[in-house]
Amino acid sequence: MSDDNKELKRERIAKRIVRELPDNALVNLGVGLPTLVANFMPKDKTILLHSENGFTGLGPMPAKGAEDWDIVNAGGFPVSILAGGCFFDSAMSFSIIRGGHLDVTVLGGLEVDEAGNLANYLIPGKMVAGMGGAMDLVVGARTVIIAMEHVNKYGAPKILKKCRLPLTAQREVDLIVTDMAFIRVTPDGLVLEEIAADTTVDDVIKNTEAHLTLAPTIATF
Amino acid sequence: MKQIRTLREAVAQIPDGASIMIGGFVCCGMALRLIDALLEQGTKELTVISNDAGYPDKGVGKLVGANRIRKLIASYLGPNPDVGRKMHNGELLVELVPQGTLAERIRCGGAGLGGVLTPTGIGTEVERDKQIITVDGKQYLVEPPLRADFSFVKAHICDRMGNAFIAKSTKNFNVVMAMAARHTIVETDELVEPGALDPERVNVPGVFVKTIAWSNSHE
Repeated sequence: MSDDNKELKRERIAKRIVRELPDNALVNLGVGLPTLVANFMPKDKTILLHSENGFTGLGPMPAKGAEDWDIVNAGGFPVSILAGGCFFDSAMSFSIIRGGHLDVTVLGGLEVDEAGNLANYLIPGKMVAGMGGAMDLVVGARTVIIAMEHVNKYGAPKILKKCRLPLTAQREVDLIVTDMAFIRVTPDGLVLEEIAADTTVDDVIKNTEAHLTLAPTIATF
Repeated sequence: MKQIRTLREAVAQIPDGASIMIGGFVCCGMALRLIDALLEQGTKELTVISNDAGYPDKGVGKLVGANRIRKLIASYLGPNPDVGRKMHNGELLVELVPQGTLAERIRCGGAGLGGVLTPTGIGTEVERDKQIITVDGKQYLVEPPLRADFSFVKAHICDRMGNAFIAKSTKNFNVVMAMAARHTIVETDELVEPGALDPERVNVPGVFVKTIAWSNSHE
């Protein structure tokens, strides 16, 4: 896959997720792919972004030379605060997250399974980045959206019958949006509701280990 | 009035083997000058409690690189690959704590509470060896309070009573950590007389602060 093509697919994921954000929502975007969502914010809705390190009203990265290093995002990079935002400390920030005040979190994923379990923080013996705020976000947010590529870099499925990596949280994922599919997690398992314009239902099924129930009509995005 | 010290004098009170909470978030709002002074002093065998390990060449990462830390309690190690390597080589003990749980455990430590009940970590490796309590049909992990011998708090303005103003997104862990140590040291950019800092702007009440290290003081 060319880099351009890969970037387009990532943008497709971000643009599809934007449509899921309700008006007046408080939203937290994880680092990496989820951050792209901020580039496609809908003009007809008011969305307030929450930054786990301690503010609402997360705004774009300032121009080079105009950075304020006292205002950074969850990755530690300089950003800005928009009118209507405010600052607070970490205990308050996670009270917002766990206390049911955060409408949506968008996070990346290594594996998601049929029960809505998520693994995205640890590959034993390989990656020890730590969970940061991910465990609290997934448990606390009202809606959990996982934004990820449908298969890993070896072409193997990331949507599994059962996660094999250590879990970030149990049964918390609501939606999985990939470059191939839009999948809803229900008490009866995963429902394929939409597919990307350049793929087929068969192709999605072939690249998914988990069982997918097909929605009565499958839209494209 | 509080002890007003140079950075060097402030860290001279910290012995080998001490536990230190260090505020900051990927080096934003971190008492970088106190860390440098501690490094220069050679203090070792430390237990450090901090959100993350910063970068290899900045903040807590420098203490990791110089092998001054025995145990690190943190939530996020992403920007510092040294930590994972030292952990695998058995040179460094690491306890990973979800970020919200870390903040609450520290707050509990400072607030005299016996711990926190949190849903975060249920069904994950975080619940291992921990008590689970059910309240109204929902499961919670019992997470113990955290306290430390010292804490490093980074302020923009501090008055001589220890009242501190911590600007913008640098509040992060500084606010809760100020409460949870037996000896809280504030590193401040600006030191003012009592009354010069508007009481409405105080993020950390001076009652929690023992030493004020003035960054601009003469070394």
